[in-house]
Amino acid sequence: MSSQLLNTSSLPYCKGCGHDLIAKQSMKALEDLGFSPLDVIMVTDIGCHGIIDKCLNTHTVHGLHGRSAALGAGISYGLENPDKKVVVFIGDGGATIGLQHIMEAARLNLNMTVILHNNMLYGMTGGQTSGLTPKNFATTTSYEGNPLSGYDICALTHTAGASYTCRVLGIGDISDKFSSAFQVKGFSLLEIVEICPSYGVKLNPRRKLNEIVESSGRKIGEWENSRPAYKLSQGKKTKDLLSKVSIIDREYTHNLKEPISIILSGSAGEGVQLAAAILSKSAIRSGLDVTQKGSYPVTVGVGFSTAELNLSPGKINFHGINIPDVVIITSEDGLKHNLKRINNMKKGVLYIDKSLDIPETGAEIIQYDFRSVGAKNAALTSIVFFSKKSGIINYKSIFKTIESESMDKKLPVDKIKNSIAGL
Amino acid sequence: MQEKDKCERVLIDGSRLMIESMARAGADAFIGYPITPANLLYAYGSQRMSIMLPAPDEITTLQWMSGLSITGKIPVTATSYPGLALMIESVNMAYMMELPMVIVLVQRLGPATGTATCGAQGDLLALKGMMSGGHPLPVLATSNFEDCWKLSEKAVHIAAKLRTPVVLLTSKEEVMTQKSFDLNLLDNIKQTQLKYFDKDSNYKTYDAEGLVPEFLPVNQNVHQVRFNASTHDQYGILQHSSEDALNNTRRLEKKINEYLDEYTYYDYDQQDGAKNIVVSYGISSAAAIDAVSDLRKQGIKTSLLIPKTLIPVTNVYKKIINKYKKTVIAEENINNQFGQLLFGVERPENIRFVEGLGKMITPEEIIKEVKK
Repeated sequence: MSSQLLNTSSLPYCKGCGHDLIAKQSMKALEDLGFSPLDVIMVTDIGCHGIIDKCLNTHTVHGLHGRSAALGAGISYGLENPDKKVVVFIGDGGATIGLQHIMEAARLNLNMTVILHNNMLYGMTGGQTSGLTPKNFATTTSYEGNPLSGYDICALTHTAGASYTCRVLGIGDISDKFSSAFQVKGFSLLEIVEICPSYGVKLNPRRKLNEIVESSGRKIGEWENSRPAYKLSQGKKTKDLLSKVSIIDREYTHNLKEPISIILSGSAGEGVQLAAAILSKSAIRSGLDVTQKGSYPVTVGVGFSTAELNLSPGKINFHGINIPDVVIITSEDGLKHNLKRINNMKKGVLYIDKSLDIPETGAEIIQYDFRSVGAKNAALTSIVFFSKKSGIINYKSIFKTIESESMDKKLPVDKIKNSIAGL
Repeated sequence: MQEKDKCERVLIDGSRLMIESMARAGADAFIGYPITPANLLYAYGSQRMSIMLPAPDEITTLQWMSGLSITGKIPVTATSYPGLALMIESVNMAYMMELPMVIVLVQRLGPATGTATCGAQGDLLALKGMMSGGHPLPVLATSNFEDCWKLSEKAVHIAAKLRTPVVLLTSKEEVMTQKSFDLNLLDNIKQTQLKYFDKDSNYKTYDAEGLVPEFLPVNQNVHQVRFNASTHDQYGILQHSSEDALNNTRRLEKKINEYLDEYTYYDYDQQDGAKNIVVSYGISSAAAIDAVSDLRKQGIKTSLLIPKTLIPVTNVYKKIINKYKKTVIAEENINNQFGQLLFGVERPENIRFVEGLGKMITPEEIIKEVKK
């Protein structure tokens, strides 16, 4: 049996190896289905099956051990021509290494066919047990026979959602199975069970393939899922990420001569990061340079939430903060998280919610009821108060930012204004 | 950068600039999985790139990227060292197959999972030794928002021109911190395209005629293409160690080195009469700028070098450093990785090191070392 997809009929396999049958019959089946050599992208792997590349007239991609299904998946994603065929050759060793790659391609039902050369052991590296070695099958790492069952790759990929899965013995003419697998729209996997003439036959004398498969509880057969092949659907995309960022016009003046660093801290869910962003944008609106970063526990919904800001009349390069100039604390969580820093302050100002105990510090203390408009608005109330009290930026720039960002309907602007004397 | 009349000030992060720049430069796919502190890049990649695929793990990420690259796409991913560690074999594959792609490496405190939300500059030596055989992979390090824009473009251009993976090195503080920024400072981005082979003659995937073989994807039906991760000849046929194949392997290294001058980027702020130079890259360069500014105000003449192309190691940096009596290198690790790249493990006495672990290096620490 020859095919124009092969450039030789003399394939480089050991005498009696099922890989020879697979290569010839699979390529013939593709040709019979009308695929010309360059319609086919053959993705091979490490293992005896992978040395087929040089014998192929197709496009060939020779990758890493166990990764051909993932590499083939990437090619399948990228092909814009549905008439192209991605065929992945992999061994049972490679399938063990890259089991998740096969499962993922099956789950997605990507347009590709995996030809699994299951000779029940790692042939190229010395006959070791693989994850697909059947129970009681002897290998060079289990001379008494594999004590464990191998993965049922057909059941796994079928369950994952593959359009077509088939297990067949690598004996005689199995071209119809190749043909079925190649015609599938979506993911197909054909597991061909064979026996390695160099290790399998010697270590398992007189055992026949059908007996090995049956005694391991595996079935020969075909399994199908009726579902559409994967289609790349990306939804709505942004054409320009920069257009999503609001331009902030300078509308106010500031009263800052030297850079200052500010810590704003409270509890998760109390709007700390939002308030920090509003303060940052308001500072930009007032002509200042700004940096802002957040800090919170990995479980973002509980515990402290801290924002670190630098405001400067000139360009900011280094944005780290060791001992801050200003600390604004709206809750117990925020106080605990910044206690050491507050203790180390020899100057500066600590704005702190009036419900909290005053920590030891060299900073000037200013107490206020930041939580009067509710815990959720504590951080926002605090930055309005800070702006008014410090005079660094006009507090009106904060309300302007809220309005510009269309947040004035969501945030209790009037209540906050009323809560702060003089606004 | 060109100062323009109109000012468009925004509050923005480096991740947004990077993804937008790479998209404009011709990157058309983002493949990734969520890892801190690369999360923002993942989010923006999903919004902006024409193809975005959420991969189940890091190995799959690089394999899918390679597959897409084989079909003519220029894919991008963003990760941190725990992810990169798993990608390394596949990066070697992409290098061997000569596949264009960009890997944004956002450094965080290691080893292992370390501290995901703490910045660091600890991965440079790992990048230097990432390729089996010690072959260099281009590594560009961003040091400010302008770099996030411009070097991201360059990374895509280098990847396409040299047919290679390129690493864009950054760190948590650089890509997650929001800063005020004038969008009018951003230059136009030039779109790159893979140069396709368009002759009728026989195509060799790894033609030895030029340093960088012309590319052909597997989408076409005119020429056979053979991509190979194993040692291979010009045609992409697996070889043990034939002369042709070993020459191909030599070419892989040569092409990266040969074009180095074209992609050697650095800022050198020379002060006449200075005997000291501060050298820093990435996140620590901001502290270095402030430190040098303060030193000059104090009358201590000091120059500043901010290398941006870190690998391959260019001799330009050493030539500059050798002009000074004292050099202070500041980087956020405890083993002076950039210093080791330049001078090996035995640093000359006049090369001083300001370290950082678990916190950003401050301008004061650099000033103190210069004054010593």
